[in-house]
Amino acid sequence: MADNPQRPGHRPRPLSPHLMHYRPTPTMISSITHRITGVGLGLGMAVLAWWLFAAARGPEPFALFLSLAITPLGQVILFGFAWALSYHLLAGIRHLVWDLGYGFDPRSANRWSLVIFTLSFLAPAGLFVLAYTGNGGYYL
Amino acid sequence: MSLETPLHRVEGLGSSHSGVSHFWRERVSGAALIPLGIWFAVSILGLAGGHYVSVLTFFSRPLNGILMAAFVVISLYHLVLGLQMVIDDYVHSPGGKVVLMLAARAFALACGALSLYALLEIARVF
Repeated sequence: MADNPQRPGHRPRPLSPHLMHYRPTPTMISSITHRITGVGLGLGMAVLAWWLFAAARGPEPFALFLSLAITPLGQVILFGFAWALSYHLLAGIRHLVWDLGYGFDPRSANRWSLVIFTLSFLAPAGLFVLAYTGNGGYYL
Repeated sequence: MSLETPLHRVEGLGSSHSGVSHFWRERVSGAALIPLGIWFAVSILGLAGGHYVSVLTFFSRPLNGILMAAFVVISLYHLVLGLQMVIDDYVHSPGGKVVLMLAARAFALACGALSLYALLEIARVF
């Protein structure tokens, strides 16, 4: 605790090291990323609600949503949500695997963290390439 | 000698008073979101290009509307469970915990109400 009382005349009592004192490891970064993407996806649910609500309200609100989504910033944000979804989904599957008792040793946990990071970028990149090359929109 | 009362042991809820229910709810909703999340990504890609009428047509089909409603509701349920864990870890004042948990639930409720209203409206009109 930061407000640990220090007795005068004694050297500072040792504090337990926290986040910034550890050497970063893939598992540690993937754990933090899992949290951040989870919270970020929560914000994404508001964007999803906005998109659905705009569609229900009529062509003009829907066109407004699309005109914002198509801007470079809008595309970056949408790519961010796509990445967050794919990361959280992949890391979530690994959490379930861990819960079953597999993959706990540091070597495989670190290796799988790197695999998940790599795949988490490849999946949304693939989706965006498909969309930009006209291979999306198959429900149109 | 255990200081646990027999009732407490039978209830099996431990010092948290809620046992492992949070853990299980988070895992089960997370597992349900694996197929739903993949369906969601495939659906959004299929709607990329964004013609208004095709979005309405897509969600007015019962299966798509139901899957989207399930995706929204289970996602928000999973979100509240996850946010509770984050709040429990980082917020140390009891008042702050309550305020933030209420805010998280209000947010989830608002997102869910808007999304479900929209899906019902699309199904009704289209």
